[in-house]
Amino acid sequence: MLSRTAENLYWMARYMERAESTARLLTMGQRMAILPGAHHRDEWRSVVRATGCEENFPPDAHVRETDVVAYLMLDPENPSSIRSCLARARANGKSARTMLTQDMWEALNEGWRKLDSYDVAEARQQLPGLIDWVKTRAMTFRGAADSGQLRNEGHDFLRVGAALERAQMTLRLLDVKYYVLLPETEVIGGNRDHYQWTSVLHALSGSRAYHHVYGGAYTPWQITDFIMLNRLFPRSVAYCYDQLAYRLNRLAGWHDNRGQSQDSIKAMVEGLESVDSGEIFRRGLHETVQNGIAHTDRLANEIAQDYHFG
Amino acid sequence: MPFYEMLDSQNAVRDCYAEVQSWVERTGIAGLNRRLEEAEAIFRRIGITFAVYGEGGDPERLIPFDLLPRIFTAREWRVLDRGIRQRTRALNAFLHDVYHRGEIIRAGIIPGEIIYGNSAYLPEMAGFSPPGKVYSHIVGIDIVRTGPDRFEVLEDNCRTPSGVSYMLENREIMTRMFPDLFGQGIVAPVDDYPAELLKSLKEVAPPACKTDPVVVVLTPGSLNSAYYEHSFLADLMGVELVEPMDLFVEDGRVWMKTTGGPTAVDVIYRRIDDEYLDPLAFNPASLLGIPGIFNVYRNGGVTLCSAPGAGIADDKAVYTYVPEMIRFYLGEQPVLSNIQTWQCAKPDECAYVLEHLHELVAKEVHGSGGYGMLIGPKSTREEVAAYADRIRANPSEFIAQPTLDLSTVPTLGPASVVERHADFRPYCLVGKQLRLVPGGLTRVALTEGSLVVNSSQGGGVKDTWVLQD
Repeated sequence: MLSRTAENLYWMARYMERAESTARLLTMGQRMAILPGAHHRDEWRSVVRATGCEENFPPDAHVRETDVVAYLMLDPENPSSIRSCLARARANGKSARTMLTQDMWEALNEGWRKLDSYDVAEARQQLPGLIDWVKTRAMTFRGAADSGQLRNEGHDFLRVGAALERAQMTLRLLDVKYYVLLPETEVIGGNRDHYQWTSVLHALSGSRAYHHVYGGAYTPWQITDFIMLNRLFPRSVAYCYDQLAYRLNRLAGWHDNRGQSQDSIKAMVEGLESVDSGEIFRRGLHETVQNGIAHTDRLANEIAQDYHFG
Repeated sequence: MPFYEMLDSQNAVRDCYAEVQSWVERTGIAGLNRRLEEAEAIFRRIGITFAVYGEGGDPERLIPFDLLPRIFTAREWRVLDRGIRQRTRALNAFLHDVYHRGEIIRAGIIPGEIIYGNSAYLPEMAGFSPPGKVYSHIVGIDIVRTGPDRFEVLEDNCRTPSGVSYMLENREIMTRMFPDLFGQGIVAPVDDYPAELLKSLKEVAPPACKTDPVVVVLTPGSLNSAYYEHSFLADLMGVELVEPMDLFVEDGRVWMKTTGGPTAVDVIYRRIDDEYLDPLAFNPASLLGIPGIFNVYRNGGVTLCSAPGAGIADDKAVYTYVPEMIRFYLGEQPVLSNIQTWQCAKPDECAYVLEHLHELVAKEVHGSGGYGMLIGPKSTREEVAAYADRIRANPSEFIAQPTLDLSTVPTLGPASVVERHADFRPYCLVGKQLRLVPGGLTRVALTEGSLVVNSSQGGGVKDTWVLQD
């Protein structure tokens, strides 16, 4: 297929995934901001850090909800705002129109301008409803791709984009919140950390799933295991890597040719297989997360090179 | 009084409209208007938005759709079919001639300066014969009806006529919503158009192609007003939709960049203008375009559809001579007439125009979209006098035509069926043979009395039925 079309599909899926992740982060921000003592901790800053946009907020001042909603939800100039993500996903979809099913196109096309008419005050007032709406758009799109799209090369590029974006978002969230999971903070204990963990799990829509897997207790090891290593949890880093490996291997099969990206993802999967959460803590959670971010960034570049993007 | 296509001379509903008439009565006007809303919702959802005929404007605009089909009988279509094919053959013969020996000019039928001094004439094409000697592979002919048996050609489109996706989608919507109307199989189908287009394109593969030809549709990109149509046609033909940046030239061939490496391209159905095709051959300032593609084309490495320079055949000044071309190249009498046109460049015709300006429509030769024209009967004496001065100052820049009594077609109004003026564009395909699906695009003026069918000025589209015997 055309390299440009492959790239369109890949980015379309990334933008839809990003819109959804950002919506989940806003939910997390709201939950954390209502915890006791929240304004000492500047919880909204962690949200903007997780989206990689911290440089757009003054370093010394408190980050306010209204600014975050304006920037992450509505700002047309911010390429990662939900509004931009929906518009860009649609623009990419439009350029690859022939590869999309009717249902996929409709999922992208319906209401993509809805956020254009909102101002911040309105958006804050209706935030939970808007977040649900964004999640529904993303899920409808994913469902349409899952149930109707031909399982050809194009579908693999779409899934590669989605898995890569999701792995990055999970890693960035861990990067921002890793300190909550450090064993030392467990000594401090108390309700605050408990809520922080549930908020993180919530942002990954994994709080119920966590309980099903580990029973009632929260421990840093189990949470780390869940988010980093659990191959049953679809937002864990390990699961996303598995998906990437599967899809990249399929792509290698289509072209009868393995590139750098196939080798890299193989190493990344094996790297996670060889450790447990205890080992991650011994090596340093933060270092592991930072390595993960570097590896996924590199993988994105290798995919672009292997398939002649841009 | 214009000819109302639904009624005969005794004001009785014509046989061909009987089925539609009874459908309107069964459903009721309110019922039809409800169904119209449904149809528009479907159009919007599937994203059929674009400007027909390159009218510009908001590229995501929806064109109004009218539910009542425009109907041609089998007998009427036989005439149209003959006339359209005839014109198509003559236009391609003309293109080959003017880029070779120019016999029609030597014979004194068309003045040379109209051709060789025209910016639409590409000297780079001289002496080159494209595969099958086909220059214009899709010819869209704009036709108006001025009486029960009278069809006249408004203009020819030899480069990349748009709007065919509307022909297909209008039919699709109608059959989806009103299957009963089509139940008896009296309406000739049009849905094989994409397959016919693909066949025609494959038939003009270049000499360098040794296998099943690889065909692509070349679009300027998703911001183009006809992008929906480009992707729609690529999709229905099952070929790649490429942008200029997807293509490059190497070793005398054109290649597209794919995830598996470069793939050779044989036939390019291009929906971009000549001047943006190749910055090396044409407009060096163009950021679009595939450097070197024209050279590959001339050496038989790829086929461009339509051929660069095909625009000389649909030039306004050349239009006047199409009936002569038909006689000259085919030795036949024209089936479809031209609208009578007076060339102010010729002194005797100019004198006639100046004398009768108050009853004529006068236009600038290079104008388009209704700008810079004078509609005599609707203008004040001062306006006519001022326009006459302009003509006297520069006669060769003007032509004039009689005001046309355009036919009207039944159209759904809010409270009743109303009469509205319409035109018609069929699409004739040219490969090793001619192909013409029975149908085309009918554009309709939605404002009472208006002769302007352009979508930018309140025009709409409707399904066009050709009945079978």
